[in-house]
Amino acid sequence: MSQAALPSSAPNSAPRWRWNTYAAPSRFYAMAGLAIPWIWALALILGLAGLWVGFAMAPTDFQQGEAYRIIFIHVPAAWMSMLIYLVLAFWAAWGWMLNARMASMYARALAPTGALFTLLALWTGALWGKPTWGAWWVWDARLSSEFILLLLYLGYIALTEAIDEPRRAAHAGALLALVGAVNIPIIYFSVRWWNTLHQGATISMTAAPKMATTMLWAMLLLTLSFWVYSFAVVWTRARAIVLEQESDSEWVRQLKAGGPKS
Amino acid sequence: MSMSLRLLWAVLRRDLRLAARRRVEALLPLGFFVVAAGLFPFGVGPEPQTLRQIGPGIVWVCALLSAMLSVTQMFNGDWQDGSLEQMLMSPRGLLSVVLGKVLAHWLSAGLSLVVASPLLGLLFGMSAQSIAMLCLSLLLGTPILSLLGAVGSALTLGLRSGAALVFLLVLPLTIPALIFGIGAVGAVEAGLPQQAQAHLSLLGALLIMTCLSAPLATVAALRISLD
Repeated sequence: MSQAALPSSAPNSAPRWRWNTYAAPSRFYAMAGLAIPWIWALALILGLAGLWVGFAMAPTDFQQGEAYRIIFIHVPAAWMSMLIYLVLAFWAAWGWMLNARMASMYARALAPTGALFTLLALWTGALWGKPTWGAWWVWDARLSSEFILLLLYLGYIALTEAIDEPRRAAHAGALLALVGAVNIPIIYFSVRWWNTLHQGATISMTAAPKMATTMLWAMLLLTLSFWVYSFAVVWTRARAIVLEQESDSEWVRQLKAGGPKS
Repeated sequence: MSMSLRLLWAVLRRDLRLAARRRVEALLPLGFFVVAAGLFPFGVGPEPQTLRQIGPGIVWVCALLSAMLSVTQMFNGDWQDGSLEQMLMSPRGLLSVVLGKVLAHWLSAGLSLVVASPLLGLLFGMSAQSIAMLCLSLLLGTPILSLLGAVGSALTLGLRSGAALVFLLVLPLTIPALIFGIGAVGAVEAGLPQQAQAHLSLLGALLIMTCLSAPLATVAALRISLD
């Protein structure tokens, strides 16, 4: 890509939009700087609305009592943990194959958020499991797969952090993420065969949902909120990574000289 | 094709000869395997019933750890003296080199674990059929460990914390092999030979898939690391 040869005024100019406009770190930096406050606000609004619907409006479950309400956090977190791994593998592979630095930086920015959601899903699962199953943790197929997913995230983060050279770190991380993504189905099915106790999927595209409409709304609102939150935090982190890796480039030097202006 | 095979053969012979010249070093993974598995009776108590139950799992997990311990050395020596970069430049594919090295690692480290496993099975009081199945599952499983370990070893080439990283990167990927291997032994102990065969078939399928994909990933990882 041609990021190196950008005119010095690139962050402030408005280039004609193309599909790869924001593959230039400088343009991504400027665009994300403008968008991030709005994304944070949207995440907050959606999150508060989802929590309100989930904890104040949704009816009490006749079997599980109030304890079930943790699923409004648990299920979206689990969805996000899996989605983010796929998105990470996609961008990492994109950055590797096309040698696009912004895609690689974006993949690295995704990893901590994905790991956080995985941890959150495991944590809330434990909090739900104690009153419902009577145990903090059971070695059930889904729990074990989620735990292995956490290990995959930690492996990716550890590998990319251990390599000092950004290019090698990005490409090695991409290979690891792809190997992990290929292995996820194998791991999931082998673990499922090994042992299973988790309740079946509650929401599916084919069957009618087995839950009250308000519950569904709460879950969807919180899923959207988590999604938007991921954008906000990943873009914030990606900006920091851009500044770190591009610190030798002209536009970052100008940014530093021009004071704290995003 | 025959050129690639000859290259593979040359790398294999060279690596095995190197291993034979440093015999104690080559036997260290085996020593680790025996020590680690031998610790468990002291940890969980000498109750024969318990030991018989957990024996296969312990032997398998210790084999996993032992394989990871030795696999970090697969490319390191050649990388340090520069010969790995020469191999990378050779017009005859790097794939043959990787295959030769993986095979050499399995023959020098993996196979010794398979041979030693009946002894450990006896220490844990397992029955003869279970021990035979344990051996068979390790025979199919340890090549998978060498193949996956090669990817991790190539990715972490020359890193300060490389050895520890290989454990974190590769062990989660070996879980399916562990599950099927243990499943086969468990089925024999439960008196279900049909199910044991199913587990072995899956382990074999996993081996074939890993054989086809892991060497390519290792080649890509070596190119990234030496770029």
